[in-house]
Formats: sequence, C-alpha cells, structure tokens
Amino acid sequence: MSSTLFLVQVLNGLQFGVLLFLIAAGLTLVFGVMDFINLAHGVQYMLGAYLAVAFYGVFDNFLVALVLALLAALAFGLLLEFLVFRHLYARDHLDQVIATFGIILFLNHAVRLVWGAAPLTLPVPEFFTGSISLMAGLHYPVWRLVIIAAGLGVAALLYLLVSFTRIGMLVRAGSTNAAMVSALGVNIERLFMFVFGFGSMLAGFAGIMIAPIISVEPGMGTNILILAFVVIVIGGIGSIRGAFVAALLIGLVDTLGRSFSVDILRLFMAPSPARMVGPALASMLIYVLMAIVLYVRPSGLFPARGR
Amino acid sequence: MGKLTVSVAIAAALGCCWAAGAQAEDNLKVGLITTLSGPPAVLGQQLRNGFSLALKQLGGKLGGRETDLVVADDELKPDVAVTKVKALLDRDKVDFVVGPIFSNILGAIEKPVTEAGVFLISPNAGTSTFAGKECNPNLFVTSYQNDQVHEVLGEYAQSSGMKKVIIIVPNYQAGKDAAAGFKHKFTGEVLDEMYVPLGQLDYSAELTRIAAASPDAVFAFLPGGMGVNFVKQYRQAGLADKIPFLSAFTVDESTLPAQQDAALGMYSGANWAPNLDNPQNKAFVDAYLKEYNAVPATYAFQAYDTALLIDSAVRAVKGNVADKDALRAALQKADFRSLRGDFKFNTNHYPIQNFYLAKVAKRPDGKYETEIVKTVFSKYGDSYAKDCPMK
Amino acid sequence: MASTLAAEAADPEPPRTRRIILPAAIFLILALLPIAAALTHQRYLVDLATRVMVYAVAAVALDLLVGCGGLISFGHAAFIGIGAYAVGILSAHGIGDALVALPTAIIAAMLFAWLTGIVCLRTKGVYFIMITLAFGQMIFFVATSLAPYGGDNGLTIAARNTIAGVALLKSDRAFYYFTLICLLATYLFCRALVASRFGRVLRGGKENTTRMATIGFTIRRFQLVAYIITGGLGGLSGFLLANSAEFVSPAYMSWQQSGELIVMVILGGLGTLHGAIIGTAVYLVVEEWLSGITENWQVIFGPLLVLAVLFARGGLLGVGAKLRRHLAEGDGNG
Repeated sequence: MSSTLFLVQVLNGLQFGVLLFLIAAGLTLVFGVMDFINLAHGVQYMLGAYLAVAFYGVFDNFLVALVLALLAALAFGLLLEFLVFRHLYARDHLDQVIATFGIILFLNHAVRLVWGAAPLTLPVPEFFTGSISLMAGLHYPVWRLVIIAAGLGVAALLYLLVSFTRIGMLVRAGSTNAAMVSALGVNIERLFMFVFGFGSMLAGFAGIMIAPIISVEPGMGTNILILAFVVIVIGGIGSIRGAFVAALLIGLVDTLGRSFSVDILRLFMAPSPARMVGPALASMLIYVLMAIVLYVRPSGLFPARGR
Repeated sequence: MGKLTVSVAIAAALGCCWAAGAQAEDNLKVGLITTLSGPPAVLGQQLRNGFSLALKQLGGKLGGRETDLVVADDELKPDVAVTKVKALLDRDKVDFVVGPIFSNILGAIEKPVTEAGVFLISPNAGTSTFAGKECNPNLFVTSYQNDQVHEVLGEYAQSSGMKKVIIIVPNYQAGKDAAAGFKHKFTGEVLDEMYVPLGQLDYSAELTRIAAASPDAVFAFLPGGMGVNFVKQYRQAGLADKIPFLSAFTVDESTLPAQQDAALGMYSGANWAPNLDNPQNKAFVDAYLKEYNAVPATYAFQAYDTALLIDSAVRAVKGNVADKDALRAALQKADFRSLRGDFKFNTNHYPIQNFYLAKVAKRPDGKYETEIVKTVFSKYGDSYAKDCPMK
Repeated sequence: MASTLAAEAADPEPPRTRRIILPAAIFLILALLPIAAALTHQRYLVDLATRVMVYAVAAVALDLLVGCGGLISFGHAAFIGIGAYAVGILSAHGIGDALVALPTAIIAAMLFAWLTGIVCLRTKGVYFIMITLAFGQMIFFVATSLAPYGGDNGLTIAARNTIAGVALLKSDRAFYYFTLICLLATYLFCRALVASRFGRVLRGGKENTTRMATIGFTIRRFQLVAYIITGGLGGLSGFLLANSAEFVSPAYMSWQQSGELIVMVILGGLGTLHGAIIGTAVYLVVEEWLSGITENWQVIFGPLLVLAVLFARGGLLGVGAKLRRHLAEGDGNG
C-alpha cells in the first residue's frame, strides 16, 4: 500500500464528502429553519437528475439543461410547498414523515411512468470530458474535480448568504425562534417559501451534477437520503458548517473504510474471513460513527438551535 | 359510524368483487410473479413482456387452451411474495406459477407453490439450493444455474492465459456465489476480491485500487444501477482500454441503454444473445423491438421460452392439466423450439445448454446489444445435479 | 408538536363504550373472518389477515412506544427481524419447538433493545429517530452477511414450530387463531400498561420531562423499560412472521419496513393501541388491493397517504371521533 494510493483514496473520500454536502445542505437548511422533516428531499434530488436528462434530450447542451432543470426543480419544489408542505409546518414530525413518505412513493413511480424503468444517462459536458493522470494507470475525470469545485462553491455561497445578508440573518433567526421572528413583523411564510425553494434547488443541483457519473433511475434518491440524514444528524441539525464538516468526515470514513478495511483486518486474521467481515464492517462504519458521536454529543457536533 | 365500519364495508365489497371476478372456469390460468416496483422493475417488465409476447403470438392460447395471465408484483419483499403467491394459488387457482426474478423471492415461494401441487417455473432465478439436494419435482428452471454464467468468464480468463484477476461483486449472497463461480474455473491468482455494499454509487476507491494493482482482467458482477455506475466510471477513469472487462449481468440489454458507448467492447457471459443465429430468435428479437421499442435481454427471452415450454407441455397432455404426473413428464421432455436452439432439462430440472462469451456492440439502429464472440461451454449442465435425488 | 396532540386532547377520554366496543368489534371480526373466508371460498384471505395480525402485534407495541412514550423509533423492524431469525437459526439446527423458539425470540429482541436503548435514550427528537435507524441498519447488515443462514437470499424454514412436539400450527386456520390470541394478549397487555402508573409516568415524560424530574421520576429508566418491552413484543411479531411465511430474510428488518410500521401506527390514530391494528389493516389491505388492480398502485397510494395526513388528523380514529361529534352536534341542534 503506497502513499500515493492512500492520497488518492483521501481525494476520493473528500470528493464523496463534497457530494454528500451538496445533498445534505438543502436538507439541514429546511430542517433547521422550519423544523420540517423532508423525506422527499431524496426524490427532489432524483427529479433534478431526470429533468436534466429530459432537457438535455431536447436542447443537446449541458449548460442549458442545467439552468432549465434548476428552474424546473425550483418550480416543482415551490409547487410541493404550496400544495402540501405549507400545511404541515405546524404539525407533528410524524405527520411530516408520513406525508413526505407518500410523496416519495408517488414520485418514484411517476418518474417511472414518464421516463420508463430503465436507467438513463447524462453525458459529461464536452468541455470537461478530459481526465488527469493521478497515478500510473489511473485517470481522474475532470468532471469529478468540477463537482468538488461546485460543492466548495456552494459551501462558500451559503456561508456568505447566511452570515452577511439580511435574508441569511432572517434564516438564522428563524432557525432559533420562528415565532419571535414572525412577531417582529417578518413575513415568515415568505421566508419559509424562500428557504424551501432554495433547498429544493440545492437538491436538484446535486442530482444534476452527479448524473454524468452515475445512473439516473427511479429510487436513486433513497439510499442517498439515509446518508444525508446521517450527515445532518452528525453535523447538528440546522448548521451548514456542521453539515460540511460531517459530510467530509463521512466521505473520508466511508471511502477509507471501504478501501482499507480488508487490509487492516488482514493484520489480525486470515485473508478469507477478512474478505467476508471487512465489507460488512465497512457498511456499518458510518452508523457506528453516528452512534459514537450521538453518545458523546447527543445533539450533533455543531447544533444550531439550542437543542 | 367511524372509519372502522367503512373499512369493513370496503373489505366486504372487495371480497365480493374478488369472488365475482373469477373468469371463465375452463381457461388455463398462469400466475406471473415478478418484481414490478423499485429500481429492479425494469427486469420484471422484461420478464412480463417476454411472456406476454409469446402468449400474444400464440393467439392467447397455451397448448390450445385459452389462457388467463394474472400478474403479481412481489415488490422484492419475500413475505409479500408469499402472500401474493398464496392469492394466486387460492383465489385465482392458477395452474402454473411463473417467476420470479430474484433468488431470495424464489426461496420464499418455492415451498408454498410446490406443496400445493402447482408447477413453479422460474425464468430467471436459479439458486444452487434447489439444484442439488433440495431439488423439487414441481420446480423447473428455464434460465440457468447462477454459477454457470460466472464459470463462463472464469473459463475464458483461464483459457486466455490471464494470470491475475480482480473480482468485484456486491456484498450479498448472489455476489458471493458469483465470485465462487468464477473461481471454479479460474485457477490463476485472484489479486483481490472486492465486496461492495449493495447500491453503492461511487466506485472511485475501488477503481483506484484496481489501477494500483494492475491485473490482467477485472471480473465484475454488478447488476442494475450498480453496473451502470461502475461501467461509466470505469471508462471515465481510463481503465476500459487498459484492463479487459469480464462481467456477468453487468452489461446487458437492460443496462446498456444507460451505459451506451462506455460499455463498448466489454465482455459478458450468457446463455444467449440477441444475435444468436437461428430463425426463431431473429423473429423474436424483431417482434420484441417492434412491440416494446427495446432490445430484449435474457429476462425477456427466458420468459418467452417458458411460455413455449408450457405450451408444448399442455399440448402434450391434450389440455388435461389435472394429470400432474403426465404434465410433469411433458415438461421434463421440453419438446419445444427454444430461442437458444437446443434445449434439454437436466435431472434436477435445470437446463443443459450452451454458454457463450459475448461482447457489447452498437447496432445499426443505434441501440446497443451483446453479441456472441464464441461458445465457451457446449451442452453444459450444472455441478449440483449430481446431488439431486431425482433421476 | 401541535396539531395531532390537539386532536387527541379534544377527545381525551372517549366514552367508555367506545373504548370497549370498538376493540371488541375488531377482535370479533378477526375471530369470524376465517369462517367467512371459508364460506366465500376466499381461503387466501386468511393468509392476508394473518400477515395483518403479525404486523399489528409489532404496530401495537410501537404505538406503546411512540404514542404513549413519545419516542419515535425508526428501527423497530430490527426486533421483528431478530425474532424471525431466532426461529430460523434454531430451525436450521434442528430445534423446531415453539417452547424454545418463542422465548428465545422474545429474549433476544429484549436484549438487543436493552443494549441499544441505553445508547439511544441519551438522545431525543430527531436524533433519537436517527440513532434507532442506525442500529436497525447495523443489524440488517449483520443479517445479510450471515452466509450460513442464507445471507440476503434468506432461509427457508422446514416447518412451522411445533408446540411441545405437536404440530398444532401446521394448518393455516390453526395458525391464524394462534396469531389472533397473541395479538389479543399483546393488546390487553399494552392497554393495561398504558392505564397503569407506569403508563402515566411515560405519558408525563412525553409531555414534559423536566416536570417529571421535578416530581421525582427518573424518566429515562421508565423509557428504557418501555423500549425493552416494545422490543420484546417486536420479537414476538418476528416469531409469528417467520412461522407464517416459513421463510426468513434480512428484508424483514430494512429501514423501509420500519418506516412502514410508523405509517401504520399513525394512520390508525396515535396512542389508541387498537388504532394501530386498524392502521395496519388498512395499510396492508389497501396496498394489496391496489397492487392487484394496477402495477402503478404507488401513484395512487402515495397521494392517499398525503391526503390522509392532511385531512385525517389523529388518524382514522380521529376522523371517526370527529364524525361522531358532528353527528352528535347535529342531533343537538336539530
């Protein structure tokens, strides 16, 4: 195991972490500000990818497809907010779980009806189709670097927004005490709508960016949703900073765990059982991590609210 | 009044609807149980399409008898599959159960169907459990025994002089079986066996390891979306031109529409390919393309063959499906023109057939398919048949 | 935590008759169902109803935890899976008697509940939800890697458990009534628990932990006991599930399964226990019925759930209560 291999795996871990951040950012924002469990975040991510594929099919241009899909994702998110979610802010978390669960069922299947059950693909935009040679025989696609850049860009944007703008101040205030903000004369409904729309766009954006390297299929949001929840729970609900740190942490732990678990176990046991136990342990690793974090800090690493 | 009363009323009404819904009593009834929800639905759809196409071409009759097809969705949940299958047996009184796609569903439904005296014909799942000691006279498999497909690649790797291979499979039972099947025939050095979590999206860690180890070939069994992701990322990482890609169920007609050019030139093993050269297969592929605007995969052709098998058996017993022993003998005889040419059942009711090495290519009409490169095994039976007490 | 509680508060102590009549009606219908099924030649309904009752046992237990204790567990399916695998593993080793399998299932589940409860109960709110999910996932991965017991292919059980050597559960009808008895016992047990001092402490803790601490109760200890009891009953449900399908698989403990259980509990009406039975029945029956009609059933089922949440506050029983109040007011005015 060379140091180059290790460094490349660290890069892979960070890239995976950035991707998780893109997905988790919108989720923690919505949850933190509106105390709303949005299980449908995963299908919004999926929808972003499908919309990008659809628009690409019409216009044959990635940038156009990206912009249109983002707008469509925003529109759809606002539609959902207006039709369903708006009535659920005051309700129990449980009610929110069921309603968003129903939306997941509906959208997962609706997407199948419209686009078919077979996996779809989105090509990498031509400008970024190259790759750089990281080590002997391994090329690192430039698009993955674009994803990392996009993720860091979004992180910086969110930081600026939340810390230095008026709307960001309202978001932080609403996250701490929504009733008070409303009493102070702010149109809390409009604030919620804005936050939710922004969260939907973030989810859709993540879906669009990742579509060129993975398959676009019904239900693609489900597994990623669980990971996103793990991220925001470890990071602390409502905290963008927490989501960023937690996402990178999970990306690293998961990738390095998968890469080296068997090697590490082989120090203690024979190759064959190590090959069996290693992957099982690697799968459990992020859950074990979450359990440990919550045991030590029951409200996550950087809890935003006074929870 | 309460919702309870309403629910009861609905339930009672449903009960009556079900009872009244019994179709013509003298029709043959076939129950199709397959996965129609979630990501694997595309496979279930192929299975259903293949069977329906055959039924349509036979004029809606199997063996000369009008046939009612009842389709049930097992939702990839074993306990749901058991309930649905019991409904097929009790409520619809099916004469045959055809399905499923997945091995764990087969494990769950084998008992209820066979113990009810109904024939279970699996057009896809081919677990080793039922090929050996636990073979069953009422169970027939028209696909293959899962290990065999992986052995094709192992044999090819061995006979091509490959010395070092890396295996990558999902960390579940079928994945472990795939690795074991490959190693049956490949006696060279396996540099690494990577077991990845089911549904993994990003393979950068694994691709890095593969590049670092520089094997002579990679053997992958990554079905569905996993295969789409891995193949795309394999090509993007520049490995596709350097390290030969051997696979099973990873580049097939259900995933090729998404993989497209990324999969060109990659190898797979199968008991069939759309370009298998015989007249009935050509007709089938053309008809499937016309009806469903997609290239059929093994799931579709095996379901088609299953319909032909049932047709031939029912015809042999002159429509009298009540005579189970005669029907079983007719099924065992498999006297029909399979899309793969020769077809015979082994003593354990799994097929004896040819296996091919295939390669991904682009068709003239722009769609993608696998094409046969060479025959790897001729009239090949599985290795579990000897443990089966049936003779 | 506003509106579902509001709905409950509006009908806090439903009239004695309803508290007894409704559950009694449910069990009466369940008891008579096999006879009705035999008369209309719909024998498979017995199998469907058995599955409903098996999940209802788990749902009633979950209602105890969620409705009474306010602890939303997203890992409940793990206990079902543990109970089911206890049966499966014992059967694989030749031990097929319920007198061994049933206690093993329940005790194994309770053990897991105890060990994980200690960790989980340090958190609250959504963190509690996530950590229960995490432990559920861990057990799920352990089960999928149990190659000698089929891994994720699952394990077929040779035959249903015998009771003291006698194959009493072999016929579907006998097993149905056995399950019914288990459900009845679970229901009565949970109901007694809720009405007892233990239950009152739990409910107090759900409303205001600080207040309970001030009165002198270490609420966490009570919650742990509730969690263990719920786990044990989940194990019972798993025992029944394994025997019903004669098959065990890691799919029984997926997080999607845990989610569906929560939906079943809410659908019926949180905190009423018999609401959980109704919710389970409606959920599974509607799912079964719709998937028989069309393969696109999720397109209908999803929005139905959403509508149910939006308009049927307090679940189906809440709707029933509202209807009754409307009718009562109508009579008063007219």
